[in-house]
Amino acid sequence: MMEILRCTVNNKPVEVGIDPRESLADTLRQRLGLTSVKKGCEVGECGACTVLVDGVAIDSCIYLSVWAQGKTILTVEGLRDENGELTPLQKAFVEEAAVQCGFCTPGIIMSAVEIVGSGKLYTREELRKLISGHLCRCTGYENILNAVERAVQEAHKFVGKEE
Amino acid sequence: MYDISSLYQATSVADAIRALQADPKAILIAGGTDVLIKIREGRLPGCSLVSIHELGEELRGIALAPNGDVEIGPLSTFRDVTFSPIIRQHIPVLGEATDMAGGPQLRAVGTIGGNVCNGVTSADSASTLMALDAVLVVRGPAGERRVPISQWYKGVHQVNLAHDELLVKLLIPRENYDGFTGHYIKYAQRSAMDIATLGVSCLVKLSEDKRLVRQVKLAFGVANPVPMRSPAAEAAVAGLPLEEAIAQIGKAALQDVNPRTSWRASREFRLQLVEELSGRALREAARKGGAAV
Repeated sequence: MMEILRCTVNNKPVEVGIDPRESLADTLRQRLGLTSVKKGCEVGECGACTVLVDGVAIDSCIYLSVWAQGKTILTVEGLRDENGELTPLQKAFVEEAAVQCGFCTPGIIMSAVEIVGSGKLYTREELRKLISGHLCRCTGYENILNAVERAVQEAHKFVGKEE
Repeated sequence: MYDISSLYQATSVADAIRALQADPKAILIAGGTDVLIKIREGRLPGCSLVSIHELGEELRGIALAPNGDVEIGPLSTFRDVTFSPIIRQHIPVLGEATDMAGGPQLRAVGTIGGNVCNGVTSADSASTLMALDAVLVVRGPAGERRVPISQWYKGVHQVNLAHDELLVKLLIPRENYDGFTGHYIKYAQRSAMDIATLGVSCLVKLSEDKRLVRQVKLAFGVANPVPMRSPAAEAAVAGLPLEEAIAQIGKAALQDVNPRTSWRASREFRLQLVEELSGRALREAARKGGAAV
């Protein structure tokens, strides 16, 4: 029982045959080759499979692919700046040494894309809460918070919003 | 791949009711953050699902009725509730409670309707909805009926909802929130991605001079097999000076609660939490109402 999923993935229209029983994480990884999407806990706790659906960070392991019909999906493979380089957010992760083994990184980057994209400033405590849907077993989170904080501040200079 | 034998995507509430009537074993799935996890654990082998995930137009959104009642569509996510300007202005305690479920990605997907229909005592929105005496509007083949939340929970995972019925609205009558301020405390081991060891929600209405308790509504999660109110505590503190009420409310609540021992915590520890956290929740609720305590 195959179905056709039509949606936008990383800014390109996509048509892909899916099994209605599969999760969005499986579709992205196995049918579209987007292996930045990691499968960790598979129960919506670790955040490694986080992608944006219509601009909102969700756990793609507990999201059925059929629900993505007509929607817009973004994974780390879809991120680049105008010159095809890493985005300022990704550069902040490199420069703040926010990456160790790297397994949790793509998921946290995607949550951070939503956070940074809001154009708002956040306190450290607010950022801690906003990335609390991710587990990282290496870094102790401090460098990740440094990176997200830095990216938030840089973005705020361009598209600053209050509140 | 999830162990699902069939998945029907309903196109409307009426269509979902028809699909449920046609398949007496079908399971309704909304946000999926509980159902998919049960499937993965092998607890619903070969299940057939009726999905209402895409019925947002009919079932998602929060509105203020002309008479002041707050109407919440059951497909509103935890995040929708927390960030709704209507909830923030009129019932902030409910938005604070939904903001404690799971983590951000789960709150963007999990729905308040699912939280209530699962019939779980630890549901983060449940105790506050109990304190608010929410009314649940349910639609089935024969039409709509209104169920006060006090008559909703029948047992663990059992609610007052027939197989072919859908929750279509959560209603918070104006008189149940107007003039009250509230506070929800979730006691858990971690501040994210955890399930409540105990949840306490307290609403309070104070006297003009903010010194006396006029009325308290106190509700618990995980203090009983289903979410519950504590009539004994509410009666014991009505009319008392605030500090006295704070000192007495926890002890009074012990008359009503009946927590169990689980791997998360013992009955004795939960009783201690009931006693201690009731007073703290009342203190914070009163502070939000302008009391100097």
